[in-house]
Amino acid sequence: MPAWIIPVIAPFIVLNVVVGLVTYVTLLERKFAARMQSRIGPYRVGPHGLLQPIADALKLMMKEDVVPTAADRGVFNLAPIVFLIPCMLIFATIPFAPGLGVADLNIGILFFMAVSSMEIVGLFMAGWGSNNKYALLSAMRAVNQIIAYDLPFIFSALVPVMLAGSLKMSDIAAAQSGLWFVFYPVIGQLAFIAFVISTLAAENRVPFDILEAESELVAGFRVEYSGMKFALIQLGEYAHVIGTSFLGALLFLGAWSGPGPEWMGPIWFLLKAMLLFLLVTWVRWSFVRIRVDQILALSWKLLLPSTLALLVATAIVVVWRYGGGA
Amino acid sequence: MTRAHAATLIGERFGSAQVQGDAPFVVTVPVDEWLAFADFAKNVLGCRFFSFSTAVDWKEQGLEIVARVDNLDEGIAVLMKTRLAPGATECASLVLVYRGADWMERECYDMFGVHFTGHPDLRRILLGDDWEGHPLLKSYAVDTPHPPYR
Amino acid sequence: MAPPPLARVELDYSGGERLTMNMGPQHPSAHGVFRAILTLEGETVVGVDAVIGYLHRCHEKLAETLTYAQYPSIASKTDYVAAMTSEFAYVLAAEEIGKIEVPRRAQYLRVLTAELQRVASHLLWLGTWCMDMGGALGGGATIFLYCIRERELILDLFESLVGARLLYGFYQVGGVRYDIPSGWADSCRTTIDLIDQRIGEYEGLLEQNPFFLARAQGVGVISRALAEDVGIAGPLLRGSGVNFDLRRAAAYSSYQDFQFTVPTEIAGDCFARYRVRMAEFRESIRIVRQVLDGLPEGPISSRPGLKSVAQIRIPKGEAYARVEGPRGEVGCYLIADGSAKPYRMKWRGASFSNLAVLPHIIPGHKVADVVAIMGSVDPVFGEVDR
Repeated sequence: MPAWIIPVIAPFIVLNVVVGLVTYVTLLERKFAARMQSRIGPYRVGPHGLLQPIADALKLMMKEDVVPTAADRGVFNLAPIVFLIPCMLIFATIPFAPGLGVADLNIGILFFMAVSSMEIVGLFMAGWGSNNKYALLSAMRAVNQIIAYDLPFIFSALVPVMLAGSLKMSDIAAAQSGLWFVFYPVIGQLAFIAFVISTLAAENRVPFDILEAESELVAGFRVEYSGMKFALIQLGEYAHVIGTSFLGALLFLGAWSGPGPEWMGPIWFLLKAMLLFLLVTWVRWSFVRIRVDQILALSWKLLLPSTLALLVATAIVVVWRYGGGA
Repeated sequence: MTRAHAATLIGERFGSAQVQGDAPFVVTVPVDEWLAFADFAKNVLGCRFFSFSTAVDWKEQGLEIVARVDNLDEGIAVLMKTRLAPGATECASLVLVYRGADWMERECYDMFGVHFTGHPDLRRILLGDDWEGHPLLKSYAVDTPHPPYR
Repeated sequence: MAPPPLARVELDYSGGERLTMNMGPQHPSAHGVFRAILTLEGETVVGVDAVIGYLHRCHEKLAETLTYAQYPSIASKTDYVAAMTSEFAYVLAAEEIGKIEVPRRAQYLRVLTAELQRVASHLLWLGTWCMDMGGALGGGATIFLYCIRERELILDLFESLVGARLLYGFYQVGGVRYDIPSGWADSCRTTIDLIDQRIGEYEGLLEQNPFFLARAQGVGVISRALAEDVGIAGPLLRGSGVNFDLRRAAAYSSYQDFQFTVPTEIAGDCFARYRVRMAEFRESIRIVRQVLDGLPEGPISSRPGLKSVAQIRIPKGEAYARVEGPRGEVGCYLIADGSAKPYRMKWRGASFSNLAVLPHIIPGHKVADVVAIMGSVDPVFGEVDR
């Protein structure tokens, strides 16, 4: 095979799989939420609602694309794409099995963090380009919140990096073949909890979803979007959630390690990522949201100092345990 | 403050008022003593709870402004009334005494056309700003069309 | 006539530091149709202009054209969430002027339905308030669906009693219109036992949640003086420390026969009002049990078998009858002139007075708090606009 085939085909496959996964994850969330609220969820479209995501996708494709008259057309039209690209790009660095990944960079984690923070550009573009006060207010809140929570996100993700001694994702996964990092005494659990909280906030999920706050800002920054652009934004959001679920499974839950033959690795990985996703969904459907100043206070006054302290503690443990190397 | 005491106080202070009953005290005062009586009810009788204020259209006899205030702790209630002269639409506003009179008087203006002097922001509250006429007056027929409806 | 602007917010779209934002009338948490023009500095609200009247149907003029037998069914449409309350106030006023006796069984049935209505209304309040704070797609919606599920049980009871789920014509001048069918008392008991137990679960779910406490405590404090001055009533007044309940202070319709406490909190914030309403759930359930245990036999109306709508004539007189509704004091000031139709009827809507407190307490809070405060004030716009 020519050398250029693999770098072209692999991302294509990964993107398609991700899009398919995202659409069916929406169904999973709706069914899960419905069961929590003692109802059934999508049921009629296809057996047990299995064709519901397809129906939704078709519906969104057929909707009229409305652009407000006074909106900044260039920014407005470009925003969903700028929002979507980082959310898809993060899947490039995740290895789904030893050697099975698009680009297993030496600085994998760093790349993931940097790119996933870039979605905020698209978000702000959407809020600004809509020429709508609600959207602008929500975009301003978004900038505040994501900046505030990216730091604890990075710090809590750095704990497994320090324990494994490498930024490369497959190295971190391989370092957990003995003991998953989430089971690492005290440090592992605390880092995991901090990670989950930070991802909830960085992805604008309840209880940190002041960004969209349906009952106050009525869908926030995406209020003016309809049709396919709305679908792209939804795709980006859910892709981001899945991406960070995969990251969490890789950093803390041992990625592809699990009982059974080697080809079961990716399946275990998927199951662990879904577990993390369901945890996020469970939190989403149980809590009311807190106010924006309380969210920011939580981050700057509580989460950031504690993750910083956790990082220092991890450094001490690593030096003490492994004598300075790993 | 018992009811008997309240009755005596009212009689002393407002000789020109007519008092009927005692639960509630139905007190009819002349128009120029409206604000003074409200002040008296709040500060002397202790009726700090403002229940409502409205108007009644007695056709040829003019409008009558009604307000009710309560003393929650001692169970004293005063239903104050004042008759405006036939054709008159001015009355003093109670807003400075009771903050609850704000919206009630706006509604009274909206429905009856009574202009409350001293009200800081007298504009229509329930109907649209461009509505013509005051619906609850007896002269406003039930099926009066408002443009652009037929 | 140009009024001097004081409460009116000057709409300023010129790009200054203050942002004028419109909340409503189409808004998921407007509780109906309500428009609040907010002036914002950043996230803090510095001024609020409440625009109401989107649901105005001029009930007061309508009442002058309908007879005493016709109007109670229409009265439900003011407070459509707790429809029995409005009918209650109207028929009490008519009966007071006409000195019409109401048989004891009818009085007990009135208390029974009024308290069940209070439970149903508070269930809706809890669901919508949590939904406003938590988002239509979020944790709030979960509690909303649970509360609606319980409210449906009560509405089923009403349906087997009256025939209608939401707007009834149950009260009549002289008594009530229908009697309870056989087996209704037992299903009522099972329903309220179930609700009693579930309320405990929801309390646990909410009060142990620090997010909920952070959103509700210290938000929207109404001082006692402001409460009395503006004339708010019901759980808002009792949440601000005034121990006043019409069922105690001016007992009507045999409320004096029943044992119940009046919950009062002194903090005056949203959490205090929440606690008052949660306690009121339990008290209402207590009253319902007592009524079912002690329901006397007898006629259900002193004017049964109306043959024509103009059959009830009330002599000249006036009265102001008030009822403790779920939202506060619902009053009907009625002036009768001897014919079959009233001369003047004024609704003292609980939500109208309650809503008037918003411009006094909202400035200083954040936008998110506006929603929480509105939810805890619990307005129903049929009552505000009439």
